[in-house]
Parts: sequence; structure tokens; C-alpha cells
Amino acid sequence: MTDRGPQKNDPIRAARQAQRLKKRYRKERRFRAFGMSAVLLATGILAFLMTSIVYTSIPAFTHHNLTLDVTIIAEEVDILRDDQGLVTNVDANWLGFVRTALRDSFPEVTSRRDKRDLYKLLSIGAPDAVRDAVQADPNLIGQTIQVRLPLSDDIDLVMKGLIDRNLPETDRLVSDRELAWLDKFIAEQRVSENFAIQLFANGDSREPEMAGLKGALMGSLLTMLVTLLISFPLGVLAAVYLQEMAPKNRLTQIIEVNINNLAAVPSIVFGLLGLAVFISFFQLPRSAPLVGGMVLALMTLPTIIIATRASLASVPPSIRQAAMGVGASRLQVIMHHVLPLAMPGILTGTIIGLAQAAGETAPLLMIGMMAFIVDTPTDVTSKATVLPAQIYMWANNPERAFVARTSAGIVVLLSFLLLVNGLAIYFRKRFEKRW
Amino acid sequence: MGWPFTSANVLRKDGKMSSQEENIKIRTSGVTVHYGAAQALHGIDLDIRANEVTALIGPSGCGKSTFLRCINRMNDVIEDCHFGGKIEIDGEDIYSGEIDVVELRARVGMVFQKPNPFPKSIYDNVAYGPRIHGLASSKDELDHMVETSLRRAGLWQEVHDRLHTSGSGLSGGQQQRLCIARTIAVDPNVVLMDEPCSALDPIATAIIEELIEELRSQYTIVIVTHSMQQAARVSQRTAYFHLGHLVEHGDTDRIFTNPANKQTEAYISGKIG
Repeated sequence: MTDRGPQKNDPIRAARQAQRLKKRYRKERRFRAFGMSAVLLATGILAFLMTSIVYTSIPAFTHHNLTLDVTIIAEEVDILRDDQGLVTNVDANWLGFVRTALRDSFPEVTSRRDKRDLYKLLSIGAPDAVRDAVQADPNLIGQTIQVRLPLSDDIDLVMKGLIDRNLPETDRLVSDRELAWLDKFIAEQRVSENFAIQLFANGDSREPEMAGLKGALMGSLLTMLVTLLISFPLGVLAAVYLQEMAPKNRLTQIIEVNINNLAAVPSIVFGLLGLAVFISFFQLPRSAPLVGGMVLALMTLPTIIIATRASLASVPPSIRQAAMGVGASRLQVIMHHVLPLAMPGILTGTIIGLAQAAGETAPLLMIGMMAFIVDTPTDVTSKATVLPAQIYMWANNPERAFVARTSAGIVVLLSFLLLVNGLAIYFRKRFEKRW
Repeated sequence: MGWPFTSANVLRKDGKMSSQEENIKIRTSGVTVHYGAAQALHGIDLDIRANEVTALIGPSGCGKSTFLRCINRMNDVIEDCHFGGKIEIDGEDIYSGEIDVVELRARVGMVFQKPNPFPKSIYDNVAYGPRIHGLASSKDELDHMVETSLRRAGLWQEVHDRLHTSGSGLSGGQQQRLCIARTIAVDPNVVLMDEPCSALDPIATAIIEELIEELRSQYTIVIVTHSMQQAARVSQRTAYFHLGHLVEHGDTDRIFTNPANKQTEAYISGKIG
């Protein structure tokens, strides 16, 4: 439309223009390449990390068992019955039964020392397997039954190829004689590889093959529950008040700055606070999910408040005006319009905060949740540990089999977080509304 | 252009009339508004008559929207916004302590520049006001209210078969009529409109203007507009604002044909603004 016709036809001008254009495209291509390589590098590192963890964890999900013929001698079993005559409990020297069965398999083993080595083939959890079988079916008493008994962790590692049979005997955790016994069992097809239910059904243990995550999972769940119940309502209410209702004066400004700073406080400080206030002053129980949850709630609060305020602020003012225009009170504007629209953002912030808390160990150190606890916690005041603490403690154990177990713990923790995040996305989508 | 005169007094310069003879609905005297240190309105005295459309015109930043928002106290929520003077609706001072703002806004409805339906269904949009004010005692009554409001807003024919679909799925003009329906659903007696057609195409604008003319019989309407033609088409009275001052006001036909003030004349003839 402009009358710059002659200039357009100017060849020098056109050439320059073409060059500039080329340069611009080059710049864009370069930028794109940088961006792409950054993404590739980041995902590459992450993929490498994940693969190595998952690869290391695989052995922990299975365990080798030995199927033995165990004779349950009726005279040696005490049976407890209730009023209806039903069996409530059985008691016996289960370890004795298992040892007898082992000895019977190798009549040539007679010396005390050899016998002790022979017993070491099986896990210390083996007698429990016999007891569980008998408890489930008391009719087995007096019979010879086939029971699947867990092998000890070292033998299991041999079976998985993680202990090299070809090493000289002195460099090996398993002696030649033990290997010979094992080989005989393998030849009799008594050794089988099964899913390691112990990993999820048991609490912590000193024996790797008996150690499980049930206690830590339950502890994490209870702790997160406490954290959510405290930090979500508290955080959202505080944010709504600060964002929508509070007068903008010096005091609220100071509070605002401090909340932002709180998000940057090292988490161990929250642990110290929990120790000093909740445990020393309020005399709340040590090592309990209640205190852990409270400490983590304090840590999560700023995250939730900041995220909630941001999503409240992003609700378009036209919606507020519309609601006020038809005579909605301030509270009605917030409850009917602003909060529902801000909900997806609030939930995202909450989930991020909770995921952070779920992976936190430092504050829990101070309140005694980094502890060897065998029992599964049943309520928020019982002693408990959490998943990341459990992983750390397993990583510190000297037994070889704990290497795989540690990685398995990490995989479980990550799956737990993925699950929670998946839930968050689901809720987000449900609450999301277009305007 | 313009509607027939409703007032016998064509040339009246002071703009002051007694409420008995002129049926004054809203009377403002000495209205000042400060945003922090900046003064947005300098003593506005304006009488707005019932069942008429009063257009507020003037260049951007002249305070006409601010003035409009004073009438239902929408400026209350703005930090640092200070009101001075007096606004009476039906002889009642709306800035006195006895007035409940929520109740006031139910009596003085507002339609905004950009259509702003709630992200809810069409039905819920219209039903929201009656619901929060408890105007309907039964579902049937509420249904009836929604239908009446949508009919009055001229939207019923277009949406009666999809009342429960989202309000944001409508076209811009339909959305604005939905907002008008939402406003009149709470049965206000004054409707404030802040440039209701500025985001709409000419056809949608024409429909809204027709609607305004129909609504006039039941409501007192104050409309802010940037379009002189629109002011001339829909209003009976016009007030010209400039830099926070009310320069001139009077019957629309008179303002547009024979403005008393030079500034007004320059603005409506397109020389400034």
C-alpha cells in the first residue's frame, strides 16, 4: 500500500535484506539447537540415573527359596484353642524342625561346626515360614510337609550370580562346602526363585532377606497424612486471608516477606524446632509420625501459601467484579468463584509441597524418625520411620544384599511419589474450568 | 437520530431540578474521588432521572467510569480509593453507615465492559444472584426467574434448549446479554453499564442497544460509552466529563445539536478525545 516501490527493487537493498534474514534464521536455529541439547542432556542424565537404580534394584524383588520336607512332630507342638475349639495359636521349636530337616538331607554332616555351617544355608526367617504354614492349616501337625524356606542372603546372591563362584574360596563369602550343599539341592530341584513378598510384607530387619518396607511405607503414609491435614487447611486459609482480605499495611508486608523467607530455611532447622518445641516443650512422643508430620507441615506451609496466593492472584478480576456486581459478599465472591477457579493451582502447590516433604530426611533426624524400627506403625503416635530414612539406613548396612534392597527402596519411593503426582493431575483435571 | 424527548425542559443549564417534578432517582452532590494522591473526580453534581437512559461520555481517563462505579460502590474494594461527597438513591445516602453494600449492589446492578460470565452453566449464571439473595423459594420459582430474565435480555430463544451448557461457549454478544440477564435477575432498579458494547461487533451492539431501550421502562440506566453515536441513539440524557469535571449535561438531543460548552462541542464533533 505504501509507495516505496522503487526501493524494493533496489538490488543492494534486497541483498542486504536477504542476508539479514538469513542471519536471523541462523540465530534461531542456533538457539533451538542449544535448547534441544539442554533438554537432551537433562533427560539423558535422568534416564541414566533411573536405569541404573532400577537395574540395581531388580534382584531385590525376587528371592530364592529352598523346598524342604519338614516333619512336624505332634508331641512337640502346643496348640492353643478358643472357646469354640478353633486353633488360635500354635507354638513349637520350629527352628528345631527346620534343622532336623536340613540334617536329614545331609546325614554325612556330623560335627557341631559343620552343622552350624549347614544351618547357615537358610535364612533366620525360615522357622517362621514353617510356623505360618502350620498356623494356616493345623491339620498338618504330625505330618511331613514340603515347605518353601527362604535361603540366606549370601546363598541368594550366589544364585543370582552376584557372588562369583569362580573366585578363590578365601575371597568369597560362601565356602566351597556350602556351594556343594547348595548344588545338591539345585540338582534335586529344591531351589526356586520367587517374588520377594518380604520386601513389602515385612518391617525392617538386620537380615537383608527379611528386611521389608512395610513399616517405612506405613510410616510415610501416616506422616504425610498428618502433614496434609495440618498444612493444607492452614496454608490455604492463611493465603486466602493474606491475598483477599488483609489490609495492605506494614504488618502484612512483614508477614509476607517472612513467609517467602521461610521457604528458603534449611529443613534441618525445622527439625531442631520440632525437637525443641513439640518434643521437649509439648512432650509429644519421639519418633512418631505425629511429630514428623507436624514438622514437615511447617516446612510445607510456605510452599502451599505461596502457590495458593499466586493462583488466587491469577483469577481474572472480571470474575470478582461480576460476582460483586450481582451483590455477592466478599466471602461469597471468594468461596463461590475465586477459590474454585484457583483450586487447580492450589492443589498443584500442595502436591509439590507434599512430595518435597515425603522425600525429606533432615528434619526427621532430629526427632528420632531415623531409627531401626521393626514393627509397623498402627497410628500416628507409634514409633515409625519413613521411606527416605529407611533407604538411608539400608545404604549404611554392610551386607551385600542391602545394595539391591536400597535401590528397591528408592524405586518404591519414586513410585509412591509418581502415584501421588498422578493423583494430583487427576484432581487438577477434575477441578479445572475454562473461562 | 435519538429518541423523542421525555422532558419538557430542553435548555436547562444548571441541571438542578427538584425531585418531585422530575422524578429523580439518583442525586449526586459534590462527588470527589481520590486514588491515593491523584484526584479523579472534582465535585460532580448530577441528577439522574428514573426510567431514562443517561449516557456518560468523555475522553479516556476523564472519570466517567470512576463516577459510574461510585454509584454501586464498586470502588470500595480498590486500595487507596477515597470517596467524598454524597450520592442519594431514592433520597437515601448510599455512603452512610446504615447502607449494606451487598444489598446496595443487589439494587444497583452492573454490566461490565468485557462480557464476564461465570465459568458455570447459562442457568447457573442467571440463577446465581437470586440464589445468594434467597429470592426464590422453590426450584420452579427459580426456573421461572431464570426464564424471565433471559427473555427480558432477549436471549431465551437462543439458549432455552442448552441452559445447562457453559456460559463461556456463547458468542461475545450473547455473553454480554447473558451478563445483562444475570444483572436483572436480582431485580435491581438501577442498571449501570460500563461500555457494554465496546467488545462487540456492530450487529451485537445493535441488539444490546435495542435491549437497553426496552429495559428503560423498568430500570434507570446509566451507561458509559465511547461511542457518540451510541450515546445519541440510546440515551435521553447525556453528561460530558472532562478531566474529572462534569462539563455539561442535559437532554441528549440538546447536547448533540446545541452544546453550551466549547469543550463539549469539540468532543462530540470529533476535534478532541
